[in-house]
Amino acid sequence: MDRLTEEQAKTIANMLRKRSLWMIHYCTGCGAIELPPTMTSRYDMSRFGLAPFVTPRQSDILLVTGYVNIKTLRRIITVYEQMLDPKYVIGFGSCPINGGVYWDSYSVIKRLDRYIPVDLYIAGCMPRPEAVITAFRTLMDMIDQGKADGYKRYKRNLAYYKENQRKVLG
Amino acid sequence: MVIDKIFFTIITPIFAFAVGLSFMMIKLKVSARIERRYGPPIIQPIYNILKLLLKEENISHGVIFSLGPVIALAGSILTVLFIPYAGIKLFTGSGDLIALMYIMVIGSLGMALGAGESANPNASIGISRALTLMLGYDLPFVIIIISVVLYYHTTNLADIVAAQAHGHWTLWSLPLSAIVGFVVAYGALGEHPFDIITAPHEVATGPMVEYGGKHLGFLVINHAFHIYIEIALFVDLFLGGATNVLWFYVKMFAVFFIMMLFDEVYPRFKIDDAVRFFWKWPTIVALISLIIVLVK
Repeated sequence: MDRLTEEQAKTIANMLRKRSLWMIHYCTGCGAIELPPTMTSRYDMSRFGLAPFVTPRQSDILLVTGYVNIKTLRRIITVYEQMLDPKYVIGFGSCPINGGVYWDSYSVIKRLDRYIPVDLYIAGCMPRPEAVITAFRTLMDMIDQGKADGYKRYKRNLAYYKENQRKVLG
Repeated sequence: MVIDKIFFTIITPIFAFAVGLSFMMIKLKVSARIERRYGPPIIQPIYNILKLLLKEENISHGVIFSLGPVIALAGSILTVLFIPYAGIKLFTGSGDLIALMYIMVIGSLGMALGAGESANPNASIGISRALTLMLGYDLPFVIIIISVVLYYHTTNLADIVAAQAHGHWTLWSLPLSAIVGFVVAYGALGEHPFDIITAPHEVATGPMVEYGGKHLGFLVINHAFHIYIEIALFVDLFLGGATNVLWFYVKMFAVFFIMMLFDEVYPRFKIDDAVRFFWKWPTIVALISLIIVLVK
């Protein structure tokens, strides 16, 4: 039997990772209300091996559901840094993309991507559970192809992200 | 003879893990059907364990934190070796039932040691709940063990199983003890309403709160062993063990299926309510059973 090459090992690992994604049930803003129907009997996201979890250490996906205050951003960064690699971030709704209806607010950040690396966005206000599940399926495909590498970007460009975080958090 | 012992020492933990894992798989599907969901794929627990073991990063809070899951797993494997199944008895000798009662605790203590080092308040509350709950269900457990030992005049688990051959189950001769034994095994398994230890909404999975990656993978494997230990011990003590592996599995599955149904309908106890429950009804019934054995 030949020994597995690094590439093959990575492919197998990604295949297993995409089938078991644990989502940290940490909610910011109003998007949280779309998650209970996604989890429970009506849309049942556990069909795809997704499950809600409560601590950052055990989770793989961070869903940023809705607008992000400067106060909340501090917590999001803590949670994100406590999660173990490989980890993925999904920006949920229009607020993490461009600020949404809070585009001119003094206390809400406009682009989440400047502070933590986002792998995937779900557009809409609010995205329905169908859209959430489509996003999860897309994330699974991205993991399979090795494209969901936000955690590597964060390590590579740590200075850039820390600089941006310092600007708003002080 | 020695070769036999070594062979079964290797094969028994694998069998126990396979049984525990299969129960975890079936439970996902059954609870999904009861909640009118489709449920995850049946081999989801295998994906979960492999994913956890393949995590690229592991955070440790100290040596004991990393050793905790290993101690728990080692304690569970040791316990599994003491439980006779399907006519195979490895480490049984006189008094092994009493030794078993001490060894069964190692798993919980290993987890408590490891979680204690993480210095997370949720973990501390979880440990204190785990040890308090153990105090609760150990009292009726010890009483029913005494009544079974007095009934069969032996502390050898293999002899107890042999005495129940040809359908003379302890379930028929000591029905009250069997009921208490079921409640105790159910409480030790930590299903609803006794899932106080890992209550995700209150203490964020309790002792496991700081565990992730490979450590958590070990704890999930440990849980599979834990399911096997509690149910196999119940089957050996009250349902007469079994002569072959398949029949043993069928008996264990019957017990676990009833437990699954209980798990689906109950909410969660508070810790003081749980201990009060264990020290009241199961203890009273166990004492009545003990008196019946003594008078007989």
